[in-house]
Amino acid sequence: MMTPQPNGNGNGYLSGSNLEKVLKNGHFAVTGELGPPQNADGEVIRKKAKLLKGNVDAVNLTDNQTAIVRMSSIGAGTIVVQEGLEPIIQMTCRDRNRLAMQSDLLGAYALGMRNLLCLSGDHQTFGNHPNAKNVFDMDSIQMVQMVAGMRDAKVFQCGEAFKGQEPRFFVGAAESPFANPIEFRPLRLGKKVKAGANFIQTQLIYDVEAFKTFMAKVRELGLHEKVYLLAGVGPLKSPTMARYMKDNVPGLRIPDQLIGRMEATGAPWAGKSKDELTKEDKKARSTAWQNEGIQICIELIQQIREIEGVAGVHIMAIEWEDAVKPIVEGAGLLPRPIV
Amino acid sequence: MIIAEQKPLAEIKTLVTDAQKVLVVGCGTCVTVCFAGGAREAAITASSLRMASKLDGGPKEVTDVTVQRQCEWEYLDEIAQQVGEVDVVLSLGCGIGVQAMAEHFPNAWIVPGLNTSFLGLPTEQGVWAERCAACGDCILGLTGGICPIARCSKSLLNGPCGGSENGHCEINDEVPCAWQLIYDRLSSMGKLDRLLEIQPPKNWRTSRDGGPRKIVRPDLRLAGEEE
Repeated sequence: MMTPQPNGNGNGYLSGSNLEKVLKNGHFAVTGELGPPQNADGEVIRKKAKLLKGNVDAVNLTDNQTAIVRMSSIGAGTIVVQEGLEPIIQMTCRDRNRLAMQSDLLGAYALGMRNLLCLSGDHQTFGNHPNAKNVFDMDSIQMVQMVAGMRDAKVFQCGEAFKGQEPRFFVGAAESPFANPIEFRPLRLGKKVKAGANFIQTQLIYDVEAFKTFMAKVRELGLHEKVYLLAGVGPLKSPTMARYMKDNVPGLRIPDQLIGRMEATGAPWAGKSKDELTKEDKKARSTAWQNEGIQICIELIQQIREIEGVAGVHIMAIEWEDAVKPIVEGAGLLPRPIV
Repeated sequence: MIIAEQKPLAEIKTLVTDAQKVLVVGCGTCVTVCFAGGAREAAITASSLRMASKLDGGPKEVTDVTVQRQCEWEYLDEIAQQVGEVDVVLSLGCGIGVQAMAEHFPNAWIVPGLNTSFLGLPTEQGVWAERCAACGDCILGLTGGICPIARCSKSLLNGPCGGSENGHCEINDEVPCAWQLIYDRLSSMGKLDRLLEIQPPKNWRTSRDGGPRKIVRPDLRLAGEEE
């Protein structure tokens, strides 16, 4: 369990979160992702937290991911804190105005949360309430600025000063290195750093060469010295999933060579129709694909780790949390540092 | 201009269902230009309603008239008598026209024949697109004349989100990414440095969020109307 550390604790930490300490002490950080359920069952969170505990330094709690209603990130994060794992609360601009954001963050801090990831949020037309009104009172860069201001200047967004404890979050933002306009992405990252972001988690990286080009620009701008950048990685589950992601997720680049590896893994079962495959066949194929997906993810981490300016990895294995341990272990990143 | 489109006939029929006498009122301004509620559309709508009501077994008396601008009371006086003679007035004006009629004719029942869609322009024959959200605090000077409030699906002020792909928005391949447009325009004009400044949270009070809006120009008011 984390203990509240008022007033930045005088030890040079902004928030005193485990993630901040791991990064500040020069360790290669590992964060994971935990998708809250579409129901009110806290046991789901506890089970997933147990799978992740000890394998990551902190875990992201998504905020109505893909605009589908789920248990709130702060509610789920509270359970994660109880489980002795450190949450990174995700918050989108889609569902809250500046009043709701700030009041929820006061509550989140009081409940023991210390890390926050500020996001624009997927548009609500993607989700299960496409007729909803969206908010977008602020954008993610403005949210970063607001939260950093609450911590460092001890003021609300309106400029009014805090009386009493201010929320001291380790403030994160996202970046999608290959989204368009691609030339603007490092500059936009610079804006997030200027706004006060302490750490960055990127969109899933599969194209390491393209990511190296992005990182070269990040270093040229000196951003790697001002912000901890965690590269997003995730295991592929099947060739079909890989192709779907490549074609449908903005800013995602998956080299054909990786999809080819996934396909080759399924070769023993290839050419057979659905009905020709037994249940055992399908299970064996699925296991083979998953093992290959995990192996590819391990190799990606090893390659990404060599890139100057990358401070850690953010492993996204949503609804596949038990893949995280073999990935972190395989990448030689266990045990996680105790700081 | 204001862009609108006609409601489906089935919905219009339910709006006038109790009436025997119906007056369809077109508007000669924006909705004429966007082919939704001008004299031509008023005549067609009146004729459609006549035929439909006849087919439904309860023929209605439907007439039509078009005024220059439904949103100015002085243009409404000329149809006061016709309005007084019917059970329902079907306005083919925008939402402003409908309300101007309702305010001007307190005893008349006014219903809308259009859905007022947005403030925009025709981009090609038969295609209209949104351009302005009437936020009350124009920032086009920062963004090269392309409005992120109206044209970015998330009204972002500091650049594109991660959903910008091949020039279009994440919500739909048909929607251009406003920030890609802004980036391209500022880039071609050598003004990209403008995008590096952090734009602060917007003051939405000048928008609808501040409540219904009103402008008072003392310099234009008549002596007798001053409070």
